[in-house]
Amino acid sequence: MDKNINITLKVWRQKGPKEKGAFETYKLNDVSQGSSFLEMLDVLNEQLIREGKEPVAFDHDCREGICGMCSLYINGHPHGPDSAVTTCQLHMRKFSDGATITVEPWRSAGFPVIRDLMVDRYAYDKIIQAGGFVSVNTGGVPDANAIPISKKDADLAMDAAACIGCGACAAACKNGSAMLFISAKVSQLALLPQGRTEASRRVKAMIAKMDELGFGNCTNTRSCEVECPKEVSISNIARLNREFIVAKLQD
Amino acid sequence: MWLLNSSIGRKLIMSLSGIFLILFLLFHASMNVAAVFSEEAYNAICGFLGANWYAVAGTLVLAAGFMIHIVYAIWLTLQNRRARGRKRYAVNVRPKGVEWASQNMFVLGLIVLCFLGLHFTQFWYKMMFAELTGHHEVELGGAIVSAHDGAAFIRYYFSNIIVVALYLVWYAALWFHLTHGFWSALQTVGWNNTVWLKRWQVIANIFATLICAAFAFVTVFFYLESIL
Ligand code: HEM
Ligand code: SF4
Ligand code: FES
Repeated sequence: MDKNINITLKVWRQKGPKEKGAFETYKLNDVSQGSSFLEMLDVLNEQLIREGKEPVAFDHDCREGICGMCSLYINGHPHGPDSAVTTCQLHMRKFSDGATITVEPWRSAGFPVIRDLMVDRYAYDKIIQAGGFVSVNTGGVPDANAIPISKKDADLAMDAAACIGCGACAAACKNGSAMLFISAKVSQLALLPQGRTEASRRVKAMIAKMDELGFGNCTNTRSCEVECPKEVSISNIARLNREFIVAKLQD
Repeated sequence: MWLLNSSIGRKLIMSLSGIFLILFLLFHASMNVAAVFSEEAYNAICGFLGANWYAVAGTLVLAAGFMIHIVYAIWLTLQNRRARGRKRYAVNVRPKGVEWASQNMFVLGLIVLCFLGLHFTQFWYKMMFAELTGHHEVELGGAIVSAHDGAAFIRYYFSNIIVVALYLVWYAALWFHLTHGFWSALQTVGWNNTVWLKRWQVIANIFATLICAAFAFVTVFFYLESIL
């Protein structure tokens, strides 16, 4: 049964990208376990505003697990201790009365802190812009069923397409590697005939951008797939390696 | 050159050099096991791998393999630390499903390397190197033995409990390095999917255990022989 709990929050506060940050400790009483983690932070911010203090800045948008904005590192896990959910889908019933909860921003050189818990995740957009798309000539829209696709490939492509670009993979990785994200974006298109045409150009461009932005080299620790809110599998990384090596050998 | 300036290219070199070293270990372990069954056979291999042009060439290729693996290990590890950034998390947990070895490959590699240094001064320096510098007989614990008498070297060093213990620590570090390295190398070349990932991991564990058990068996066998 859900009840109301008292918690202690240790939250990272940092005024700006260049500013030195530090943890602040806040006590929050009577938090409903039925509320979501972000609702709890809203309550904290109301309390801070009432006390005349600066509210905690954190990113969020859809609050239903599809936009990938809610980038919080909670008690040592991106998106918190629950599995296969984003921070906005995390419920306070995952925490017990008297708990101390540490909330940090993503920490990876590719995602610099903007303020408090907000980080700049624009690097992932740049990688998508480098090649994570299909070029089409607009005109008559063909019937989707005109191209036969096997059920297996359709499923694998769909699983990869579940990636919401949240950045938890790089945030979880001790090597600061963005490989899970890129492997999902490469796979969702490489598995389908429409994406196949540009597959080799795409994989080379996206990896070149990833390296240019300074993300790390994957050593297959698997922390990315364990922490990914969409359970994207590292078998996509094997496909990415394959696609890249074959594309380079063909040059 | 994409093998040098792309992350996947660098990882490919890491993977291929690692697989090369694994193949060498396989050879070395089988050769050692021969010593248990026949010291003559073992010494014949030692003689064959003495100061001949093919053995020296083989040693150079092997040394190059090690150098490439180590240089890339240092390079990749430094890059990865930079990619991680200077700010660290206050709370760190290793999530379920993440092997300890996978996050400590560099440290494990360093341990392997240190013991490799010890191993070289004990064996290679007094065997192939001695011969290359024109010495066919070397002093070993007060006795004079042929640089080809590998069995004498094994018997001498593995009669010392401290040496035996050090070698066992070495094999343990190697075991951890291999349980992750084996399947990681195949994942890196792209030879993996959801089904094969589990299979490769099982094969990696069996393989690492077999290799390390073979080395440990020979070491312990000669120690027991020395005290019994
Ligand atoms: C007999 C000796 C060795 C063998 C058989 C071996 C084998 C391997 C294999 C198969 C991999 C996996 C490659 C991959 O993930 O693609 C690997 C990774 C690695 N090795 Fe070794 N290795 C040995 C010695 C060393 C030494 C001496 C060092 C360093 C000082 C070292 C450092 C590393 C590091 C840091 C990695 C992880 C790199 C990565 O995954 O990106 N290894 N090793
Ligand atoms: S792969 Fe998973 S963790 Fe990485 S960005 Fe996509 S959804 Fe987030
Ligand atoms: S706020 Fe959109 S995924 Fe969490």
